[in-house]
Amino acid sequence: MSHDHDHDHADGMSHLDAMDLRVRALETVLTQKGYIDPAALDVLVDTYQTKIGPRNGARVVAKAWADPAFAAWLEADATAAIASLGYTGRQGEHMVAVFNTPDTHHLVVCTLCSCYPWTVLGLPPTWYKSAPYRSRAVKDPRGVLADFGVQLPEATQCRIWDSTAEVRYLVIPQRPAGTDGLTEDQLADLVTRDSMIGTGLARSPQA
Amino acid sequence: MSYAFHADLGGQPGHGPVTPEAEGEFWHEAFEPKALALTLAMGATGAWNIDQSRSARETMPDYARLSYYRIWLAGIERLMAERGLVGADEVAAGRLLHPPKPLPRKLLADAVPAVLAKGSPTDRPAPGPARFAVGDAVRTRAGHVDHHSRLPGYAQGRRGTIARLHGAHVFPDTNAQGRGEQPQWLYTVVFDGATLWGPEAQPGLQVSVDAWESYLQPDDGDPA
Repeated sequence: MSHDHDHDHADGMSHLDAMDLRVRALETVLTQKGYIDPAALDVLVDTYQTKIGPRNGARVVAKAWADPAFAAWLEADATAAIASLGYTGRQGEHMVAVFNTPDTHHLVVCTLCSCYPWTVLGLPPTWYKSAPYRSRAVKDPRGVLADFGVQLPEATQCRIWDSTAEVRYLVIPQRPAGTDGLTEDQLADLVTRDSMIGTGLARSPQA
Repeated sequence: MSYAFHADLGGQPGHGPVTPEAEGEFWHEAFEPKALALTLAMGATGAWNIDQSRSARETMPDYARLSYYRIWLAGIERLMAERGLVGADEVAAGRLLHPPKPLPRKLLADAVPAVLAKGSPTDRPAPGPARFAVGDAVRTRAGHVDHHSRLPGYAQGRRGTIARLHGAHVFPDTNAQGRGEQPQWLYTVVFDGATLWGPEAQPGLQVSVDAWESYLQPDDGDPA
């Protein structure tokens, strides 16, 4: 079963596959039972598609680059520092920020499931939840980075954080060179989701 | 019958390359947004806790074959069936066949932003002083246990160093079994790559896990 889900379902039910029918059946039953508010489902999806995503984290990183006092607060108490920008709650209740340096590159994984800092990064990408990433990140991080087109200097140490509890880790990538005059908004544009997981680097302003 | 743990993937060989994905690429199948929303909405009812939901997912016999949102969906179906909230016959029929059971809460649309912003912190008052301090040498529990637990196989029976204290947190091992939160001190324990993977470890590699106090013993200095 590999039909395209992006096209218009012009002839209705005939294009719905077994999984679509299953979630629709569940939604109906759970609504009839009074366990869920179907309107809440739309709000949840909309929230993670449009409101809670990696642009939140990018603003945290940009502020840390621009404001040494904020960076120090982030290092000492990431949960409070991040909350001061309005990012709190589900899957970000206990935050730790780890700072990349020329000597140390941080990489975050959850080998046991898919723990991820939703408040600052939103929904995890598919690869983060996949067996290749979860199996290899703790043993072959340089190979994983190569899959993302990233090669670190030989001397840089890889430091892997396996999120096995409710602590969520945000990587603060190194600030790219040539960004001295940029505003926080311009800096945030250089911060990719992958750079905040550790599978990427922040973009150079020339790129 | 031993606890069948299918999600402990760290270090497992043979899974091939990672496939990167563009930012903003949320869904790969049409059912996924609703599977996510149903999982969050049912999680918010308080019918089960997060450790019970992780346990339901990781023990799924076909875990390795299923996409992640399929695992989530199968997880809530199982949790609901176990609690008599929704029967397989009702999912098949697509309508209510049995009366509902009372649940602690219901997530209404208007409350979603506040509920997400509040989250579910797992820190609790400490039951006593921390047994370990930053820099202490520890050894992790060896071998599997017969219930949900959060010490990965690759980090079992290994020597590491306490790198951070996180205060006391809900203990997933008991919480998953419905035996209460029983909070314990939580630590970040860091291991050298060679300790985990032997001489072929990538030079300079360090890996940490977050480990509850009862997963740890003081390192006795015994080699091996």
